[in-house]
Amino acid sequence: MSAPLLELENTTVQFGGLKAVSELSLTIRDAELVGLIGPNGAGKTTVFNLITGVYQPTAGRIHFSGSSVVGHRPYAITGRGIARTFQNIRLFPSLTVFDNVRTACNMHLRHGISHALLRGRSFANEEREIEAAVIDLLEIFSLAKQRDLPCRSLPYGDQRRLEIVRALATRPRLLLLDEPAAGMNPTEKVELMKLIRFTQEKFRLAVLLVEHDMKVVMGICERICVLDYGKKIAEGTPTEIQANPEVIAAYLGKEAADA
Amino acid sequence: MMREHSKLYLVLACLSSVLLSSAFSGGAAPVIPPLNSYYFDVLIGLGINVILAVSLNLVNGYTGQFSLGHAGFMAVGAYTSAWLTLSYGYALGAGALSTTTTFVLALLGGGIGAALAGFAVGVPSLRLRGDYLAIVTLGFNEIIKGVIQNAEPLGAQRGLGGMVQHTTFFWTFACAALTIYVVVNLVNSTYGRGFLAVRDDEIAAEAMGINTTKYKVIAFVLGAFFAGVAGGLYAHFKQFIHPEGFNFMRSFDIVVMVILGGMGSTVGVCIAAALLTILPELLRFVARIEALPDWLQRVAENRMILYSLLLIVLMLTRPQGLFGARAAVTRKA
Repeated sequence: MSAPLLELENTTVQFGGLKAVSELSLTIRDAELVGLIGPNGAGKTTVFNLITGVYQPTAGRIHFSGSSVVGHRPYAITGRGIARTFQNIRLFPSLTVFDNVRTACNMHLRHGISHALLRGRSFANEEREIEAAVIDLLEIFSLAKQRDLPCRSLPYGDQRRLEIVRALATRPRLLLLDEPAAGMNPTEKVELMKLIRFTQEKFRLAVLLVEHDMKVVMGICERICVLDYGKKIAEGTPTEIQANPEVIAAYLGKEAADA
Repeated sequence: MMREHSKLYLVLACLSSVLLSSAFSGGAAPVIPPLNSYYFDVLIGLGINVILAVSLNLVNGYTGQFSLGHAGFMAVGAYTSAWLTLSYGYALGAGALSTTTTFVLALLGGGIGAALAGFAVGVPSLRLRGDYLAIVTLGFNEIIKGVIQNAEPLGAQRGLGGMVQHTTFFWTFACAALTIYVVVNLVNSTYGRGFLAVRDDEIAAEAMGINTTKYKVIAFVLGAFFAGVAGGLYAHFKQFIHPEGFNFMRSFDIVVMVILGGMGSTVGVCIAAALLTILPELLRFVARIEALPDWLQRVAENRMILYSLLLIVLMLTRPQGLFGARAAVTRKA
């Protein structure tokens, strides 16, 4: 078994008297698709915020490809290969579809500010490289036609897709998806499942997926981790999780177990 | 692309304005006889306001950081450059360097002084957002004023005078063109997209690998630099500077230009700066036209009230500014 890509070890974060995440241990290996589920307020998004450096853990360790990410700013962590999407879509509303993705390429730039001012050759070359890369990505996700539209004018499902494309433009090794199926209709959900699978295989990514839609989670995840009140109550394959009495009591309910 | 072309036109327009202005006053021997000093005063003031407004727009408009201390940076630039020419100008002028070179170096010095002040203020205060940043920058403005008021070598409350009038049409509009060139090029580059991303959503920008602090500081320092240059031009135009000339009312004036022009529109902000410089002067004339009915003259006499009223009407009917593409008020996600 290969060394884990992401490793959380007894990670805890406390806000005042509330332990939002309590002694969570979780590992994700290269190119693995892991689901993170649990009732509302269980701390799933907090886990994302811990991994991406928005919050700092009060105790425990978080390692990404061999070194700690604790204490680093979010942009630096993104630079090391962790990208994310947001529960409530956070595209840059004043930018076009194309520029939204292009902005995510900024961190790969090597030219300095003087090149941007003087429009030197390295500036032009890099701009062209980025443009080509962005168009490739948009084409893969069939958003190329909408490239010059303001991102807010896209239909909801496309905005979700665009957010994934934007995250991919940072060239991550681990992609964190926060409720990508929220607000989607059943057809869109099926499309989304295909898309996540496709993305993971095409870019050889590890994916950590927070999702409430059990069809989606059970359908694509290789392994699932269940949180309740900030604690991990179960971990295993979809079949194991569906049969776990604790998970059924805390989250799934009887109906889902029967399904 | 459309945007690239409009950028080109803008730069061309700036260059032609520089050439035109240099025709008016080609240094020591103007090609066209100089305008009377009143027009000269208004037009130089216009150029300086364009520099101030366009540079503030980089911070307030494009990067979305609401700074209210632009006059403070202008003060740093004005006093630094005045101090430079006053203490070294004659020595250098008599020596190897020409007076023009001394002046340019002093302008640069003023800009660098203001940029350093911008860095010192920006690094700690750019963690703050919205109203808080506005208050901190306003406070900085007042502190700078207070420091100058008590600095005996800078003339304290008496003001500082005795500078030679180096500022010409050419230098004013060359600096304005340079400011526009830098801001437009920066905004239409990877850096510009970073600024916009920071303005739109800081959390998402960080998550996309953008060092938001770095981008904010770059915008802030560059904005301060050009405010400093504007201050240097002002000092060597008026030949007398006083701390009260850089109070927060001055900062407000510049903010009004940015908002009126449309946050994040360089063309709009240039036009607003020109409009707001000329409008009060124009109303002054209206008040003096004998042919107008008595009441109209009296209305025009209260030109500052009229001017404020115009602003209110404009903001009510066009809150995004004259050329703004989107509402000046940023929404919260």
